Amino acid sequence: MSRFKDLQKNLFGGTTSNARQFGMIFTLVAIVLLFQFLTANNLGVGFGDGLTLRSDNLIALFQQNSYILILAIGMLMVIVAGHIDLSVGSVAAFTGILVAKSMADWSLPWPVAILFGLAIGAVIGAWQGFWVAYVGVPAFIVTLAGMLLWRGANQYVGNADTIPVPKGFQDIGAGFLPEVGPDTGYNNLTLLLGLAACLAVVWRELQARKTRKDMNAEPAPLWVSIFRMAVMVAVLIFVTLRFAGGRVGTSFPISGLILVALVLIYGFYTRNTAGGRHIYAVGGNSRAAELSGVKLKRVNFFVMMNMSILASLAGMIFVARSAASGPQDGLSWELDAIAAVFIGGAAVSGGIGTISGSIVGGLVMAVLNNGLQLLGVGSDRVQIIKGLVLLLAVALDVYNKSQGRFSIIGSLTRPFRRDEPSKPAPTSDTGNEPAKTTVAG
Amino acid sequence: MTTNAPILLEMRDITKEFPGVKALSDVNLVVKAGEIHAICGENGAGKSTLMKVLSGVYPYGTYSGDIVYQGSPARFSDIRQSENAGIVIIHQELALIPDMSITENIFLGNEPRRRGAIDWKSAQRQALDLMARVGLSEDPDTLIKDIGVGKQQLVEIAKAFAKDVKLLILDEPTAALNEADSQHLLDLLRGFRERGVTSIMISHKLNEIEAISDSITILRDGKTVETLDVRGDGVDEDRIVRGMVGRELSSRFPDHTPNIGEVFFEVRDWNVRHPISADRQVCKHESFNVRKGEIVGFAGLMGAGRTELAMSIFGRSYGVFESGQIFKDGKEIKLKSVADAIDNGLAYVSEDRKAIGLNLLDDIKTSTVAAKLSKISHHGVLNEVEEYDAAEAYRKELRTKAPTVDEGVSKLSGGNQQKVVLAKWMFTDPDLLILDEPTRGIDVGAKYEIYGIIQRLADQGKGVIVISSELPELIGLCDRIYTVFEGQITGELAREQADPETLMKQMTSTKKMQTR
Repeated sequence: MSRFKDLQKNLFGGTTSNARQFGMIFTLVAIVLLFQFLTANNLGVGFGDGLTLRSDNLIALFQQNSYILILAIGMLMVIVAGHIDLSVGSVAAFTGILVAKSMADWSLPWPVAILFGLAIGAVIGAWQGFWVAYVGVPAFIVTLAGMLLWRGANQYVGNADTIPVPKGFQDIGAGFLPEVGPDTGYNNLTLLLGLAACLAVVWRELQARKTRKDMNAEPAPLWVSIFRMAVMVAVLIFVTLRFAGGRVGTSFPISGLILVALVLIYGFYTRNTAGGRHIYAVGGNSRAAELSGVKLKRVNFFVMMNMSILASLAGMIFVARSAASGPQDGLSWELDAIAAVFIGGAAVSGGIGTISGSIVGGLVMAVLNNGLQLLGVGSDRVQIIKGLVLLLAVALDVYNKSQGRFSIIGSLTRPFRRDEPSKPAPTSDTGNEPAKTTVAG
Repeated sequence: MTTNAPILLEMRDITKEFPGVKALSDVNLVVKAGEIHAICGENGAGKSTLMKVLSGVYPYGTYSGDIVYQGSPARFSDIRQSENAGIVIIHQELALIPDMSITENIFLGNEPRRRGAIDWKSAQRQALDLMARVGLSEDPDTLIKDIGVGKQQLVEIAKAFAKDVKLLILDEPTAALNEADSQHLLDLLRGFRERGVTSIMISHKLNEIEAISDSITILRDGKTVETLDVRGDGVDEDRIVRGMVGRELSSRFPDHTPNIGEVFFEVRDWNVRHPISADRQVCKHESFNVRKGEIVGFAGLMGAGRTELAMSIFGRSYGVFESGQIFKDGKEIKLKSVADAIDNGLAYVSEDRKAIGLNLLDDIKTSTVAAKLSKISHHGVLNEVEEYDAAEAYRKELRTKAPTVDEGVSKLSGGNQQKVVLAKWMFTDPDLLILDEPTRGIDVGAKYEIYGIIQRLADQGKGVIVISSELPELIGLCDRIYTVFEGQITGELAREQADPETLMKQMTSTKKMQTR
């Protein structure tokens, strides 16, 4: 039992960032395995032949959800800073139609069109950021207005029509890593990518151990590190082979590649830079942050602007995948992105949450969606189930926190710097009750 | 007078555990009817927990032991039940709604009704009556946010009377009050005693306890140490301190020989207006200076404008700057933002560490480095090891009680939180530290340590400004004291000249005294 407790502590509530990321992936894997089992059961075949983990399904899962996950990255930062952005779907749609039009009517080459799209996102973001940061209008209102504004603008510009996009552009949403090198029966670039990911996992674990040692703090027991690395690498190898071994012509999607790059960049930014920490400071206590020299307005402006840029990127990827931009693009994306962030453990009141948590939150929703569809559950019931899952996931977390118990989502997704203490500290009169103040997400 | 009075409340062998912590173990408390019973103890001794057990915040069944109230066992499962029994607790953090009127607040959750609708006429009448009982003369329609914290406290008490209180529990009632308001409150409690209301008072202010209470129960580390009969036993402050800390504190202030250098920081003719009502001037032609190695006190009543002065200097973080100059080391400096102020070696430790001093979601290490991330980052990328080492060094230096610097600051006691805030500002390598109420809500032992830290900072050649509402603290700690009244500096006293009477006189008079 103590061994198990030790494992749980080190995997779920340990002291390194890797511990927590590992815990999150563990949760996701459990859900995936559940659907693998259910789909196999449904077809009356063996576990290995379930639909969820088939190559084509995994590839489709990534392609269909990459834009939501990209939104979740930006949304996490917005929510951590204590705001919300309801306009992302409309911003995505407006950017999509302008970019499609720029290529169809003004013959912009597609790489230029992508830059043009990002610039549109930046301008829209600056507009929204201005109102939020410098005028002080709540982001809820600014982006509610934006939601109407950019949706209307999309339909005004496009005459509520659909505009197709050229082949080169489609690749960012529908393309795959190309086939190069000798015929191994697998997609070689995907294999290389998988190998790089495995090495990165091992390197990070070693790095984390070294950091703890440099701090003169106790790193996680060696066997935990090894166990953690082994499981991560095993999962990565399995996923890599699935992506690399699909139908010829399919492999790891380009949109997935963009997503991975963004997760790495933004994950690093939020975790390891002063700018990232300022976002947490503003969301945790804006007045205290201000009195510590944080430039509040600049931070708020940045997170809002960044969100719109990511929304424009998500919009372009979606347009590329569906080969055309239409008036209904991006409908209710904001809700999916917000749900991903909260399932991923962010706090409604700001100051708490991680990029990786939000990605896992998004993947949980995506796998749920996908699994239920594979089981033949209609979209009406899928929505009901997704709604209940969101509510229950957050409610369970709130309940557990209010009882001072182990918080599943919180402990899986609390950022590296919000460690649970290993033992209770000397407490104040008022401090020895379970914390009720942090609204869990 | 109450020696033979019947017992109103008896708490027997109360034990309350939280995961990993025994907050109370076998605590006993006997309160006689009609007395003022003080509960003393350092932070973390279990005072507030005990009161939460009593008032049903921790429902029956979550603790062990018995509560006998008015002769029969009491098993409250929530606050409502204890309030119905006449036990009303007034918390340190007032539970009033700023945008509602005095009347609305008094009857919140307890509204007089007539045929289902709230009977505002009767509420108004009763409110006036209740306000008279607590000596509050205001228009009952005034919004809570428009009255001072002293009057807000009175509204809380009026609210308790609206519930027909038999046992009034006050948790640090005077912590946020100035001397005059505190005095008024204490007089009020004496009046209640004469009318037969029993009070339990939790306080760190031992002089008040000594002055007002009939008996004192002292808690230490979740256990009852003793119960003292103030009248009978001839209890004084030192006696209480001995019970609280388990040893005699020879002095309330560490010995210190100041080593004062040249004037290095000077503010001249400082004028600031109120952020919202532009015609209100909160700083009027204020000028002062600080020498190297000097601890300078700012005395004044609540609302005198001391915090406003400090914050407006600290990168204009309060109010609308009008005019004035700041000189440091002989050169004029312009501090237009908090970042400017930090870069120029200023640090401001705010009076409300929970609301604006700390991000309570942070742990010790993130809090420690929060005001100067550039010191532990290279090209914007943070170095976790340097962060940890820096925080650890301060934890050791200031003897912050926490297992590691990974500990969340919300879990620390007030004194330890204050040490983290001090560490946060010491980490910025300031030349001038402005400490606003540095020992508010901190127990005796921790206060002594904080004083020691302040003196060490001065010995390093830094200038320290201490804003405090406790005159003994200013007199014991400071080398020089300015008095502030209604946004003006009304006097300047050297340590030898400073005594409570003179200070009080200058703190309450507009007449500008001759400065040296």
